Amino acid sequence: MSAILAAIVPDLDRYAGTVLGAYAVTLALIAVLVGASWSRSVRVRRALERLEAARREKR
Amino acid sequence: MSLWRYANPAEFMRLTGPMLPVLWALTAVCLVVGLGWGFFLTPDDYQQGATVKVLFVHVPAALMAINAWLMMLVASLVWFVRRHHVSALAARAAAPVGATMTVIALVTGAIWGEPMWGTWWAWDPRLTSFFILFLFYLGYIALWSAVEDPDTAADLTAVLCLVGSVFALLSRYAVFFWSQGLHQGPSLSMDAASHVDTAFYRPLLVAIAGFVLLFVSLVLTRTRTEIRLRRLRALQALEARA
Repeated sequence: MSAILAAIVPDLDRYAGTVLGAYAVTLALIAVLVGASWSRSVRVRRALERLEAARREKR
Repeated sequence: MSLWRYANPAEFMRLTGPMLPVLWALTAVCLVVGLGWGFFLTPDDYQQGATVKVLFVHVPAALMAINAWLMMLVASLVWFVRRHHVSALAARAAAPVGATMTVIALVTGAIWGEPMWGTWWAWDPRLTSFFILFLFYLGYIALWSAVEDPDTAADLTAVLCLVGSVFALLSRYAVFFWSQGLHQGPSLSMDAASHVDTAFYRPLLVAIAGFVLLFVSLVLTRTRTEIRLRRLRALQALEARA
């Protein structure tokens, strides 16, 4: 397993912290942005659907 | 058929609904291929060593930070001239995406700068104009939240967007205007002799395509949310009056 990992993962040498840190920050910020956008989208859509259904029932 | 028909919220929702799953799938593919290719399959640079791999997150994020503001500028101008609400809402939806891209560019630039320049930060023309662009993003988002009337908010933020465009363009062209500073010249060029080596150029293009698609997918998703939110508030106001 470690041999396979060693063959795939590049040897970043003394710059491992720099490269992995940059990728980690990027992926984390993108994940937060996508997650927040999706959850807000779902929340608003459900609230609108509930209100529209309630208005239809009233009529 | 006129393009302006998509300024109608109902038409916009009808058009973008089926597009979004395809766009999100393409975004995932391009990001995985571009970043995977850049991280796993590119060689070390003869000067920068393995740190060159930061290129594949830093450059696309910086590009999108500037282009997001330019997209907001176009949407703001459309709002000014034609008063289409969808364009104002699209500009509002793009701002947090652009701000996040600016943060990614600033942070990855600092992380990359420390081993290459010997410092996390310098008041270099490009870095400084990018930092000011980030402050404009924060101001733009705050202004939208601070003004209650949506049309007044759209007017005021559109003016702020016009002013901030100076810094968006400055961020893009600062390396041409001023030769001093730590930041190197552009990594991308139509001239093969002046852009980065082909080994880095191709995965960089795929990563950029991934970031562009991510931006488009996010802006469409968030614009749809803004349209729904506006309808929700309008219906809530009607209910309150009844």
